[in-house]
Amino acid sequence: MAIEVRIPTILRGYTGGAKQVTGTGSTLGELITDLDSRHHGLADRLTDGGGLRRFVNVYLNDEDVRFLDGLDTPVKDGDTVTVLPAVAGGARPPAAAR
Amino acid sequence: MLMIPRALHDKIVAHARADHPDEACGVLAGPAGSDRPERFIAMTNAARSPTFYEFDSAEQFRVWREMEERDEEPVVIYHSHTATEAYPSRTDVALASEPGAHYVLVSTRDAGQTEFRSFRIVDGAVTEEPVTVVE
Repeated sequence: MAIEVRIPTILRGYTGGAKQVTGTGSTLGELITDLDSRHHGLADRLTDGGGLRRFVNVYLNDEDVRFLDGLDTPVKDGDTVTVLPAVAGGARPPAAAR
Repeated sequence: MLMIPRALHDKIVAHARADHPDEACGVLAGPAGSDRPERFIAMTNAARSPTFYEFDSAEQFRVWREMEERDEEPVVIYHSHTATEAYPSRTDVALASEPGAHYVLVSTRDAGQTEFRSFRIVDGAVTEEPVTVVE
């Protein structure tokens, strides 16, 4: 079983420079744990206290997983997971977490 | 240094003015590895705030995929400050996620003139760079 995971530039230090890696799992959370076993530290950049980090966007195929089931989103062979750091900023920090 | 065509510079300024007092944001795409901004992409500020911006996540996915299909990259990421100077805030620095991009800051705090400055933000360090507007 293989799920393709596309890694943004800023996280490629964890993958030896690779822009794409593969992993397994039946949910996004399991997939991230699987990736972290080979790319140590990657899970901590994506998750925080059991949920997805606030300014990291993760997409299952074309959909933001925040609109699916977050880390519980089911994933399967042939899916593509894309990670994109949020582009954000401004004069002041945001008022509250999303 | 940032070299930017006059037309793209003016589009950024116009976008910032139009969205004032909310922060405006967007991207200038260019051929991968060229460091040339060529294509203006105004992005929705999903936060719609006078002090914070965030790209809409679905829109960002589409734009990033389109850039990849066109062999482009985000050469410039721009946003405006509406009451403070055109300089990266601590929030800007903490959230900068494209180390290869030029971060353009525009300030619309003065109705008469728009500040336009450019910076590199890499590993938490801010370096201002000169801007050359190419006529």
